[in-house]
Amino acid sequence: MSFTRHDYPLAEHHPDRMKGKRGKPLSELTLDAVLSGAVTIEDLRITPAALQAQADVARSAGRPRLADNFLRAADLVDVPQDVIMEVYELLRPGRARNREQLREAAATMRDVHKAPRIADFIEEAADVYERRGLFSKRF
Amino acid sequence: MDKPTPNRWKRFTDWDERPLRLDKFAAEDWKHGFSAFSSPADPKPAVKIEGGKVVSLDGVLEHDFDMIDRFIATYHLDPDIVPEAMAMDSAEVARMLVDMHVPREKLVRLAHGMTPAKLADVVSRLNALEIAFAYSKMRARKTPGNQGHVTNAKDDPLQLAADAATAVALGFDEVETTMRVARNAWSNAVACAIGAAVGRWGTLFQCSSEEAEELRIGMAGFTSYAETVSVYGTEKTFVDGDDTPWSKAFLAAAYASRGIKMRCTSGAGSELLMGFHESKSMLYLEARCLCLQRGMGVQGTQNGGIDGAPVTATVPGGMREMMAENLLAVWLDLECASGNDARPTESEIRVGAKIMPYLIAGSDLICSGMGSILKYDNSFNPSLINGEELEDYLILQRDFEADGGLSPVPEGQALEVRSRAVEALAAVYEELGLATATPDMKVSVVVASGSDETRSFTPRDVALISEEIKARSITVIDVIKALASRGYREEAENLLNVVKLRVSGDYLQTSAVVRNGHVVSAVNDPNDYQGPGSGYRLSEDRRREMLGIRDVLDQKEVLRSEALHQHDESRNIDYKTLGEAKPSDDTKDVVIGISPGFGLKLFQTTAGHRLSDVLSVMVEAVKARGLTPRIVRFRHTADTSFLGLSAARLAGSGVGIGIQSKGTAVIHQKDRLPHNNLELFSNAPITRIEHYRGMGANAAAYALGEMPEPVVVPTRGEAMGARYHARVAMIYAIETEMTAEGASPVEVSVTFKGARS
Repeated sequence: MSFTRHDYPLAEHHPDRMKGKRGKPLSELTLDAVLSGAVTIEDLRITPAALQAQADVARSAGRPRLADNFLRAADLVDVPQDVIMEVYELLRPGRARNREQLREAAATMRDVHKAPRIADFIEEAADVYERRGLFSKRF
Repeated sequence: MDKPTPNRWKRFTDWDERPLRLDKFAAEDWKHGFSAFSSPADPKPAVKIEGGKVVSLDGVLEHDFDMIDRFIATYHLDPDIVPEAMAMDSAEVARMLVDMHVPREKLVRLAHGMTPAKLADVVSRLNALEIAFAYSKMRARKTPGNQGHVTNAKDDPLQLAADAATAVALGFDEVETTMRVARNAWSNAVACAIGAAVGRWGTLFQCSSEEAEELRIGMAGFTSYAETVSVYGTEKTFVDGDDTPWSKAFLAAAYASRGIKMRCTSGAGSELLMGFHESKSMLYLEARCLCLQRGMGVQGTQNGGIDGAPVTATVPGGMREMMAENLLAVWLDLECASGNDARPTESEIRVGAKIMPYLIAGSDLICSGMGSILKYDNSFNPSLINGEELEDYLILQRDFEADGGLSPVPEGQALEVRSRAVEALAAVYEELGLATATPDMKVSVVVASGSDETRSFTPRDVALISEEIKARSITVIDVIKALASRGYREEAENLLNVVKLRVSGDYLQTSAVVRNGHVVSAVNDPNDYQGPGSGYRLSEDRRREMLGIRDVLDQKEVLRSEALHQHDESRNIDYKTLGEAKPSDDTKDVVIGISPGFGLKLFQTTAGHRLSDVLSVMVEAVKARGLTPRIVRFRHTADTSFLGLSAARLAGSGVGIGIQSKGTAVIHQKDRLPHNNLELFSNAPITRIEHYRGMGANAAAYALGEMPEPVVVPTRGEAMGARYHARVAMIYAIETEMTAEGASPVEVSVTFKGARS
């Protein structure tokens, strides 16, 4: 089922469908559960499903670009932090030496991390950077 | 200063001394980037679409697109709307922005089809008032809010916790910290997260640091939003800022993937300061930034000059430009944290003028942010409004009944939350084996206005603590556990609730804040302004909160303070009533007419002189000329002029003094019209005892047929009305209540008992 702006806030209208990374619904994310060790920081992370739901809400509220960003984000949820920082670094001007280096990163995102939207986005950047000469060394 | 300068009107010298003259002003010079609204180098609005694809944008062919053009063409412009929107007359669209009958949604849709040049062309047609009005209509969330800075010059975590808790009590929806020393980021984050959990939950928190570090701190759960993702309006500036639209858009997705709210930052003047403005106007460049941001899919922006605000304010129309770029942001349906931060002036008048349109129009976050701490403690740089002036802002809210997002905090509550935050932080640091705060450290922080007054952790202590938090990978879960195990269960719950926000991601939607435990955003609280009676209105409860400023005077308070003086006066003077006062024929006789409550219900002048002293010096001065002072109490009037004239008409000399309890007095003569007196002493708050003595002496002189030098009460232009009129009106009401139509005057015999002060 896709969500609309009338389902918002999702935490209030659909508390049982909003689940943490390890499948615990909001109602189980209590202080006592944290103190007993049953809930860890992993349970307090957003999921691709939640981002997809927020994308639905955003689109229904007339914000397609925001929805697209949430979908790109859904692609990144399971990507490890150091990989995210590596890709970000590579996208900064002058970090990648050439278009191929960015295309490789895109391929990794697509094949290893199952992040097709991010992969497309990086490929598009590779083309623009090439055209605008952004592969020149900066430091 | 000492030597008079010939050929110069000295007023200019006076003006030279005012804080305003510390501000520098720049000549309009579009070639060098000093142009607010338009430049000959700005392109004419135009788009060409072929096969559903943008092939030229604002005069640039696709082949020549720089990366910003490319991004805007791909991600901002909606080819289905472009033909309709671009064909519209800009003046007509400008009128639609201020037409309350044109719904916000219709304008937001049109903006999706407009190029940066078109958007800038439209808003540049609005004057400042129209921009403010359009802003009020177009902003995304209905309920206004505010953001505060919480930093200090020592990066002292105890003070950060205390100040974060205070900011929460004041009502800030978001608090933002940064450090003097980069490696202190982790300590700052923990301290503010704990402080912001005191009192209630829901204040969002940001720790502004290096991009990668900021994301890591967010991942550890300490922060809930980020806003230092800067974008720029020219390609070269963007590259010097070490990013591209793609790298920033990637970062935007990364923040969302971690369940962290994010907005971008842009603003007039950044391209100018960074040297690559391409001779374009500030507004046009900012329009590019904002189209870019919408295209990136960020929920909001922090704009309105921001770090470029001071340079923007040097240009003609600079302040209007900052309003215009905020309008562009909300027209593009972005959350707007509307600047009003980096202090653009030393002039308090310019500060007040800058904030007013936002306070009245409302904004998602009026300041981004306001200095909740003192200027010297602000590690971002001083804000437009700071801890020093914060109370002025609270009064402005009350003056205009405009919701600026804050509420006054009573002194007791301030101490309570500060102390709770300091104790909670100290407990957590101890529990986690990070540091021990001594009682003296804690006490010094709780009461300190700023870091100059604290005896707390040294910057070296803080660096060690911060590095340990990072090295041991301490997360918000560890902090929550430590809080709970040390008895701060409420704070533990509050902190957990903020972290839980990221599970559903509701607060990632446009303009989201947390109010009373609920996420409120442009989705469930959309701005529905359609004229008077619609849009955001103050509720009775909210109004009452805003009115709760300190030291408010009422009549009970006035009577209470008078009662304190009653006892004192009873030892100084006796008033004995002798019966009805009659006109006399004795030419030596000067009447001092006192008001109905004089010495009965009211006992001191507004300057704080005892009425017994005032009366005594006047009596002495009249006697000194060999004349006879008669004291008469009038009960038919409390008005100075009529007291004076009535007194003169009873006096054999034809000269009388009229004096009210508050000390306002007049010398009158029996043949004059009521308001055409001999001498008037209307500035009671600055009228001193020697002036009253002079008044007695002059009354005597007039009675003797002399023409004395009038007594002058010198004023230095104090705002007497502001200082005294509330009290004066209440005192006067007490006197007028005591008057009775046609009541006859009473002869009073006065005995001075005490030594005069």
